[in-house]
Amino acid sequence: MTDRLLLGLEIAQFFYAEAEFLDERRYDEWLALLADDIRYWMPMRRNVKFGDTEREFTRETDDIAWFDEGKDTLTRRVRQIQTGIHWAEEPRSRIAHMVSNVQLLSVTPDEREVLAKSRFLIYRNRAETETDILVGKREDTLRRDGDGWSIARRKIVLDQNVLMTKNLTFFF
Amino acid sequence: MHRLSGYRPGLVDNATGLISREIFVNEDIYAQEQERVFARSWLFVGHESQIPNPGDFFLSRMGEESVILCRDRKGKIHVFLNSCRHRGMKVCRYDDGNTTVFTCPYHGWSFGTDGALAGVPFFREAYHSELDRSKYGLIEVAQLCNYKGTIWANWDASAPSFHEYLGEFHRFLDLILDGWDGREGQAELLGGVQKWIIPCNWKWPAENFSGDTYHNISHRSVDLVGAGPSGQSRRDYGELNVARKLHVTIPDRGHQTITYALPRDYQPQAAYQNSPEVAEYFRHCEEERRRRPGANSRLIGAPGEIFPNVALLPRQPRTLAVWHPVSAHQTEVWRFFFVDRDAPRAVKNFLRDYYIRYSGPAGMTEQDDMENWNYAHAASRGVIARRHPYTYEMGMGYAVENYEFEGLRMPGRVVDLTKAQASEEPMRNLYKRWAEFMEADNWDDLMTWRHVSAQAAQ
Repeated sequence: MTDRLLLGLEIAQFFYAEAEFLDERRYDEWLALLADDIRYWMPMRRNVKFGDTEREFTRETDDIAWFDEGKDTLTRRVRQIQTGIHWAEEPRSRIAHMVSNVQLLSVTPDEREVLAKSRFLIYRNRAETETDILVGKREDTLRRDGDGWSIARRKIVLDQNVLMTKNLTFFF
Repeated sequence: MHRLSGYRPGLVDNATGLISREIFVNEDIYAQEQERVFARSWLFVGHESQIPNPGDFFLSRMGEESVILCRDRKGKIHVFLNSCRHRGMKVCRYDDGNTTVFTCPYHGWSFGTDGALAGVPFFREAYHSELDRSKYGLIEVAQLCNYKGTIWANWDASAPSFHEYLGEFHRFLDLILDGWDGREGQAELLGGVQKWIIPCNWKWPAENFSGDTYHNISHRSVDLVGAGPSGQSRRDYGELNVARKLHVTIPDRGHQTITYALPRDYQPQAAYQNSPEVAEYFRHCEEERRRRPGANSRLIGAPGEIFPNVALLPRQPRTLAVWHPVSAHQTEVWRFFFVDRDAPRAVKNFLRDYYIRYSGPAGMTEQDDMENWNYAHAASRGVIARRHPYTYEMGMGYAVENYEFEGLRMPGRVVDLTKAQASEEPMRNLYKRWAEFMEADNWDDLMTWRHVSAQAAQ
């Protein structure tokens, strides 16, 4: 039990450190946390009849999503911001990631892989008064990587139907 | 002070190429265009593949209003206003699904998938069986057209048919809806419609997609890092080096596009180099396409706009977008993505990944467009800004009729951009038609092509 609590704290600390990299615009350090085979997926959500839960989300691999990519595209997104002429992020947004409700859904016996679920609240403010607040859940598969962890899979579930933000130029 | 309250002739000045900022930011003009433009135009509603079975429905929009696209028990396709005839509550609030009836959650009126009022609670007791239920079916569009699987609808019974409304522009829409190998109507809609809100008037994306080839600086960052299907730039441009780059506008319809006309002896260039299987698929399709008779084999599609609010992107990515008006200052974008129905799964997956990284709110290209439209709109709302019209003077007087390139004839008026790179002919064409809609009291006045043929007959 104590081991599991400690592991939970370790994973939460990992998420806080990750959020720090993103919010402080230390993008290369953030990219270093991503496994080379990462899958970063954010489905879209439909309003469906009670019980029709399968169709609430667009399907993985078959349907359109908000994001569905690997490390190559995520790296290109970082490089795009770093060009200094990516107008949607130039001047850059002020962003704060709040991560909470960290739960370990499963842990492999050797404790080298963890499935963790958490909540996020992302605050984005840019230009003068433009403000977005995005709230939802993440499901992350984390892999032990030396002394730390790397993110092997991230499923992002945003609690919105029509996206109320003009663009998604930041990371979840 | 002559602060105007709504539309007036002259805001769109065709003679000088100057267009008032009022048409973007004025709330009275916005209210007027809901009646004069959106209530009279053919609007895109969805695709038949979204409702394959009886009872299937897809919730869509026409202008500001919610509509239900559904297939009734007999298989017939309908589009209804999503509002109960009793007190107006939405009778459907699911994005899609299958049902036998639409039941209003307020007082319980229920409607069949054919729109008929099927159930009225306490019909005998409270209404004393006196209500004429046949008068209170769901409000249905006046006209509906299934064009190669895409469903279009119009609230105005006096409007021409969709085919006549589209005119010769159909061949540019066909570039999306026909198979890449040239077979008719082979497009399949990928699951999931991207829907998001952008803070600008709907005419910003409409004019951009009409054929703005002048905004390269907007997308310089994605060109530098590369998001295209061969890992570079935004798209594969190889064959464009030998093509004629054109603006094609259909003046009496208000449709316009960029297109690339290929030489007669053109040999397909390597593309989709990030995947040998996908590259081979498109190489095969290009060969097939050139074997098939028909004018489209020498056209490469590019952004275009069907009046008023449907944007085409026939190739890389292959999508339709609808700019739904929400207010003078807000637009809800719906983006639909297409692939060839018979394409191998690996090809569909490759294209899907590319579409997602290119388009939509997370698209590495589209993100920067929305920033520009957002703040161009915001910076045009002030009283001082409104005194100064935008210039659309670029390339005025350079459009020609009967344009032909090595035997390939183009409809409408064409500007050859091969050297010029850009013109504002498509935007002038869009706003000229928009002004005609704002001024004409009936569809007879808008069908100018019929006047021409009537005169010719006399």
